[in-house]
Amino acid sequence: MNFVISDLLPVLPEVFVLAMACVILIADLLIRQDGRLVTYLLVQLTLLGCSLIIVGTHGNGVVYAFHNMFVDDSMSDVLKLLTCLALSMMLAYSRLYLTVRELFTGEFMVLVLFAMIGMMVMISANNFLTLYLGLELLSLSLYTIVALQRDSSIAIEAAMKYFVLGSLASCLLLYGMSMLYGATGTLELGAVSQAIQSGTADKNILVFGLVFVVSGLAFKLGAVPFHMWVPDVYQGAPTAVTMLIGSAPKLAAFAFVARILVEGLQPLVQHWSGMLIILAIASMALGNITAIVQTNLKRMFAYSTIAHMGFMLLGLLSGGIVGYGASMFYAVVYVLMSLGSFGMIILLSRMGFEADTLDDFKGLSRRSPWLAFLMLLLMFSMAGVPPTVGFTAKFSVLNAAVQAGHVWLAVVAVLFSLIGAFYYLRIVKLMYFDTPESHAPITIGQDTALLISVNGLAVLLLGLLPETLMSVCAVAVRQSLLLH
Amino acid sequence: MIHESNLLSLLILLPLLGAAIIGFAPRHDGWTRWTALVFTLLVFAVSLPLWFLFDTSSHEMQFVTRLSWIPAFNINYAVGVDGISVLLVLLTTLITPLCVLCSWKAIDTRVKEYMMAILIMEAAIIGVFVALDLFLFFVFWEAELIPMFLIIGVWGGQRRVYAALKFFLYTMAGSLPMLVAILALYFTGGGTFDIQQLAQGSYSAAFQFWVFWAFFLAFAIKVPMFPFHTWLPDAHVEAPTAGSVMLASVMLKLGTYGFLRFSLPITPDASHAFAPVILILSLIAIIWGSYMALVQTDLKKLVAYSSVGHMGFVTLGIFVFNTEGIEGAILQMVNHGITTGALFLCVGMIYERTHSRLISDCGGLRMTVPIYVTLLAIFSFASFGLPGTNSFVGEFLVLVGSFKSSLLAGAIALGGVVLTVAYMLWMLQRVVWGESTRKEEVVVTDLNGREIATLLPLLVLVFWIGFNPEPFLARMRASVEHLVSEVSPVRGVNNIEGLNEAVPPSLPVRRLQHAAVANTAAVNRTPADACRAPPCQISNRDRKQTL
Repeated sequence: MNFVISDLLPVLPEVFVLAMACVILIADLLIRQDGRLVTYLLVQLTLLGCSLIIVGTHGNGVVYAFHNMFVDDSMSDVLKLLTCLALSMMLAYSRLYLTVRELFTGEFMVLVLFAMIGMMVMISANNFLTLYLGLELLSLSLYTIVALQRDSSIAIEAAMKYFVLGSLASCLLLYGMSMLYGATGTLELGAVSQAIQSGTADKNILVFGLVFVVSGLAFKLGAVPFHMWVPDVYQGAPTAVTMLIGSAPKLAAFAFVARILVEGLQPLVQHWSGMLIILAIASMALGNITAIVQTNLKRMFAYSTIAHMGFMLLGLLSGGIVGYGASMFYAVVYVLMSLGSFGMIILLSRMGFEADTLDDFKGLSRRSPWLAFLMLLLMFSMAGVPPTVGFTAKFSVLNAAVQAGHVWLAVVAVLFSLIGAFYYLRIVKLMYFDTPESHAPITIGQDTALLISVNGLAVLLLGLLPETLMSVCAVAVRQSLLLH
Repeated sequence: MIHESNLLSLLILLPLLGAAIIGFAPRHDGWTRWTALVFTLLVFAVSLPLWFLFDTSSHEMQFVTRLSWIPAFNINYAVGVDGISVLLVLLTTLITPLCVLCSWKAIDTRVKEYMMAILIMEAAIIGVFVALDLFLFFVFWEAELIPMFLIIGVWGGQRRVYAALKFFLYTMAGSLPMLVAILALYFTGGGTFDIQQLAQGSYSAAFQFWVFWAFFLAFAIKVPMFPFHTWLPDAHVEAPTAGSVMLASVMLKLGTYGFLRFSLPITPDASHAFAPVILILSLIAIIWGSYMALVQTDLKKLVAYSSVGHMGFVTLGIFVFNTEGIEGAILQMVNHGITTGALFLCVGMIYERTHSRLISDCGGLRMTVPIYVTLLAIFSFASFGLPGTNSFVGEFLVLVGSFKSSLLAGAIALGGVVLTVAYMLWMLQRVVWGESTRKEEVVVTDLNGREIATLLPLLVLVFWIGFNPEPFLARMRASVEHLVSEVSPVRGVNNIEGLNEAVPPSLPVRRLQHAAVANTAAVNRTPADACRAPPCQISNRDRKQTL
């Protein structure tokens, strides 16, 4: 294999982040604990630089690099940019939280950057190997980050579960990929698609492999019945880490699923769409119903994530530009809402106390009307009530489902959103109707106050003016997924 | 000067602006109350041109604004009013300042949030009435739930949390199937959310069947029709006075408005086919609601159940599909807004004094509070439709319409009227002359100036509509006639037969050809009707099809 220098341009963001991660890893050794802010700023600068590079190298159309192992197209640019944004917000939210818990260390931030490289590779992969490489880089970083709080037995337990089940999922995925490779003789997504289309591949082996691939993907997404790790990990990990797991990786997961199923296995659509229907319905049902009985907020959000992933799958299985665009839009919106909700938990939990039970939100509107209002927006958005963006996202997914002829699926989805509305409403109820249990004043920094305000209001504003983001998603999907 | 076509947008934006100003201003209760009052009065003033500049000869949408909103889905910000909605918009802008006034003393905690909720709710409700785009309609339809949920849940009575959650989930359960139906319409109707364009299309029988029931569920819960009414007494009883007034006067109308705006024009065949079901449900609501009102010991619950009965009259009038019925229904929507709103205000005023809503605790008021008793009596008379008051005209029209359609339905509805008289008079007798069971001595003072000012506009309207309903009827006439002609079942016979087949034979559904015959007969029975709705209007659709 020859190395061509022009291959470097499409991977410039990844190379930059990798280089910076190494620099920060070494620089951090020279920084004392109380100077950790420097490391933090370096990481934020890295994210900013990465975003600038992505914007700067954008617009070259679809560029393949490294012998079609890697692709740079508008979907990857958009998703990477949003990943940078999500990680940057996540770090900003959790700075004080981590400092108090002595987790604000160089390792944490470098691991976040490595996870980010993993996500970016997943987003841009055009080959089963690259996909797997990105996924493992992300997963291993996340396992470690969850386990970073060494003195917390819950965190260690969560990390262990995450690791064991995640490895199992990787095995399933790898096994499925090897089946597909055996049947088609290639690892490149486009070539796999062509090989299947030409009809030379053995259908039985293909479908057999597909089952394993879909199971592996469902594991990583946390779709029912492969969801068991999600609640434990969400609850066990420190909230900042939960926020990390619950936000940016969902964008990568969308790209991952879309690349494999839509780009690589489009000819098998009738097989995998049936599987996704089962996953989507089961996720929406179990996620929404189980979330009702939770008393721990993080666990509740874990089940709500499962339900939201079901919705995202609904968009994917509906197919077409509308379906994939809606699914991507949903993923982006979900990440925004998730950041805001976990951000709120982080802001409320200070000084050795976690605000992760429902009761901690009691009477929030009396303690801080503005925060309560923002949380109200976020919760109504999660529930899908207009005029918030959560409604627009649900609407576009339902729209795709109805257009694809899955009216009954849309009805089922709507039914479970109604059940879902109940537990989001309950938080609003706690904040507005109940009397607070503690009257401790809420002190938050100016930067996080601004951030949560922007985040909460974005949920409302994007709901009123969703056109830009929606068309960005549609354009990205059109260029990336349907060119082949 | 503001351009005419921006009027409706201004009506939506002004309350939101008011809410924002209150929200960002420092917390000062008195100032907040005055700001809210000024803004709601301003909105009312801005809405007045709708009354004066409305072209009564046209059924077309007026004051239309159309802006592209989400081009990817062909979603527009489109607003306008016609004869069906104009009175309801005016009712909303009239009731809201009264809600602010009646909360002046009653609400003393978190006044700022309360007034914001009222203002946002006003904007959303006006939005529902003026939206000409289904998506926009749905957004307002759902958005209006949030402030109401908070008003009941934060400022309500003892079981407020239960009532608020029940209200929200019940309504949302109805509106989500509607969302799917809206999407289905969007694709079947050629990729548009435009309500008027969708009403022009003709849809297959099976499709109409599903869309009709999906919409029905949403609207029937909102109205609320029997057997979906169980959220209403809870919500009414627990809500603060202004919440009850808003709920009864304006929000319940969203459901009946939906029937008129969507069910009838978009799914006319299904509406005809299932009209018997709806008529039966309406009659049950009239009798059941009145019957339940008879046994209530709680004043607020009594008025709440009377709402169920009154709204039964409205749905009855809508689904007899003739000009009298629908005109009566719309007028009755306005009337119910005025009288029931006034009754809730009266109940709220007495509650502020005695801190009890039990009829027995409020007995024997005639000596101490003459002004109050006089007003209460007038509004009660208006509620059961004493000639000379507003409800008489509305109920009379509805009864005429239903007698035209079915003698039996008319007769049963008439029985409902008698029951209404019974419970209203009995309530009045107990409150005015009855013995009070109050333990502690409460000095009940008569109404003050603010309270009289709150009730006075409603009092004027009671007699204005009662003695001279023509200005109100004139504004809706062209639209109603257009609607009646639109909903007449003169489409292809195949379609009708198809629907008959699509419907399971066990359902109590009038076979459609009968309905067609009965209805044309009904339309042409009197000479006045014949000239109002000439056959050439009916054949519009035929012409379109042949073209």
